Amino acid sequence: MNILVCIKQVPDTNEIKIDPVTHTLVRKGVPSIVNPFDTYALEVGVRLKEQLGGKVVVISMGPEQAKEALKTCLSVGADDAYLISDRKFGGSDTLATSYILSSAVKAVEEKEGLKFDLILCGKQAVDGDTAQVGPEMAEHLDLPQITYALDIVYEDDKIQVKRECDDGYDMITTTLPAVVTVVKLPYEPRYATIRTKMAAKKKEIPTLTFDDLKTDEAYCGLGGSPTKVKGTYTPNREKNGVKLNGVEANDAGAQLAEWLQTNKIL
Amino acid sequence: MANKTDYKNIWVYIETECGQAKPVGHELLNPARKLADEKQCQLIAVVIGKDVEEVAKTAISYGADSAILVDGPEYEYYTTDAFAGAMEQLIGKYKPETVIIGATNNGRDMGPRVSCNLKTGLTADCTDLAIDEETGNIAWTRPTFGGNLMATIMCPDHRPQMGTVRPGVFKKGAFDEGKTGEIVKEDIHIAESDIRTKLIERVKEVAEAVNLEEAEIIITGGRGVGSAEGFKTLQELADELDATVGCSRAVVDAGWMPHAYQVGQSGKTVAPKLYIACGVSGAIQHVAGMSGSDYIVAINKDEDAPIFDVADFGIVGNLFEVLPVLTEQIKKQRA
Ligand SMILES: Cc1cc2nc3c(=O)[nH]c(=O)nc-3n(C[C@H](O)[C@H](O)[C@H](O)COP(=O)(O)OP(=O)(O)OC[C@H]3O[C@@H](n4cnc5c(N)ncnc54)[C@H](O)[C@@H]3O)c2cc1C
Ligand SMILES: Cc1cc2nc3c(=O)[nH]c(=O)nc-3n(C[C@H](O)[C@H](O)[C@H](O)COP(=O)(O)OP(=O)(O)OC[C@H]3O[C@@H](n4cnc5c(N)ncnc54)[C@H](O)[C@@H]3O)c2cc1C
Repeated sequence: MNILVCIKQVPDTNEIKIDPVTHTLVRKGVPSIVNPFDTYALEVGVRLKEQLGGKVVVISMGPEQAKEALKTCLSVGADDAYLISDRKFGGSDTLATSYILSSAVKAVEEKEGLKFDLILCGKQAVDGDTAQVGPEMAEHLDLPQITYALDIVYEDDKIQVKRECDDGYDMITTTLPAVVTVVKLPYEPRYATIRTKMAAKKKEIPTLTFDDLKTDEAYCGLGGSPTKVKGTYTPNREKNGVKLNGVEANDAGAQLAEWLQTNKIL
Repeated sequence: MANKTDYKNIWVYIETECGQAKPVGHELLNPARKLADEKQCQLIAVVIGKDVEEVAKTAISYGADSAILVDGPEYEYYTTDAFAGAMEQLIGKYKPETVIIGATNNGRDMGPRVSCNLKTGLTADCTDLAIDEETGNIAWTRPTFGGNLMATIMCPDHRPQMGTVRPGVFKKGAFDEGKTGEIVKEDIHIAESDIRTKLIERVKEVAEAVNLEEAEIIITGGRGVGSAEGFKTLQELADELDATVGCSRAVVDAGWMPHAYQVGQSGKTVAPKLYIACGVSGAIQHVAGMSGSDYIVAINKDEDAPIFDVADFGIVGNLFEVLPVLTEQIKKQRA
């Protein structure tokens, strides 16, 4: 089974701080990581390959720096990696991103001389947070899709996917090729070892640019994006509420009960 | 690019499963009604499902001017191909200016498939909707970077302008049983061979349906509750107040409660009348899911916990000492 995993390099959103003066995101010094959901997509992809044979290829669209993320993937089981990078791709919304990535799927298939049976994405990127790139790639490629996967198993030319729902899960099957977006797995992604890190370091990561993909510029980048970010702000949710500090529990509980009653909250 | 003037009216997609509407569709009719009045256009509910004519009538009672109904056995359970296929055909025929979809797992599965097919823009997982005065476009507001940054997005040149909107953010409007409106039935069917995924089993892991989004009072426990057992103390107060118990992600990660009870960025967004957070530190990802509550109460041992910043009433103290007192006091008030 040949598997393509789409990975995005993202800032570690746990480390993001808001500048108290300008109220903007402080990105400086925030470490870049492989989008956490994508590490699950890669792990399930590598396990399927180990079980069935074939190849796992990772791609990422982004600046040169994203090669670091691709190297991390090479050290935890990916066989090959490609960076998709061009100034013409900058500012793409999800429609343009998914268009470029689906064109890259075809370009990588040609380079590798194979066809992908399965395309994996994370459920969503923790920076953009849209969860739209996976389904949109499926639409561009005219493939079936299953989103919110909790596990993927292969059986008789099909995959069976455990899909997260509100109060449990669904078991869904589909034929291949298909696109699946992954939320979580019953197991954790593997760690790199010194040996796999060394091997990843040596491996060359080719860059595919606008000229290597057969894309129409009208659908790429800022100009090819129907949605426009008109403004951003950091939410201010602070209230000047009552705060009981150093009040004994019996008293505090009674005061709260009274406050709820006087404000007719109950 | 579409000729924008051909596109009219606001659609709200009413998601159904097994003949039942998900609450988010009815919630969205409320803000959409205001947008439609401001734009002086029609608000149309789009219902796709099996045996869902009642759902279309209900949508009119919740404020839609009329409804478009697609009914058939292939729509009993959600599949991407059937639902996105039907939606694409409807949009192609009627050309709505705006399409609003509830950001449930299924809504976020179908939405991008449809917008991509139509080569238009889709704003993800919004928490606010308005009309841009200057252009008349919808200004969609949404959290990004895990709730740290809010962004306002527009789709100026493409139609329809589409967005998914988070469940639990808007409250349902008034229900007017006598309100009537036209229900247009569209005979759209998707052949079984064109539905490429098959549902083979549905497993419920939560005993009863958890309806956090609909709850009037939510009592949430965080890691400070200490164990699954510890939630009994919260449940006792919940029983007294007819409230629903929720939890933070730390609690889900520890295995004390299932994910269906989680409030926050990667869980449910809620806006109850009263939200009582017990042993929750108040991480931004948690606050993003509950800051719309009318009244917020926080009980935490740590006087510096950020949850106090968003609380109307805070108690620095041990939840296991404060909650039983509160429960007793409320029992007394009611006796
Ligand atoms: C503040 C802000 C708000 C935005 N809001 C919207 C919006 O509402 N609608 C919209 O269309 N665009 C929006 N965008 C643009 C959007 O963030 C970018 O198009 C981004 O490249 C992809 O979206 P995402 O990060 O949400 O990815 P998601 O769709 O959440 O990513 C899902 C998966 O797709 C794959 N993937 C995503 N990006 C890449 C990549 N570059 N390389 C390889 N694989 C990838 C990964 O597997 C990832 O896990 C917004 C941008 C900003 C800055
Ligand atoms: C992408 C992303 C998405 C996320 N999504 C969510 C989400 O949807 N929902 C969510 O909740 N989190 C989410 N998180 C996690 C979030 O960042 C926090 O880690 C989490 O909310 C912490 O949960 P907590 O407050 O229960 O635990 P902690 O932060 O450990 O806080 C426990 C609190 O309990 C107090 N305490 C301890 N004992 C007692 C006692 N006896 N009485 C009173 N107080 C006591 C402590 O003082 C402390 O403040 C997300 C994180 C990321 C990165």
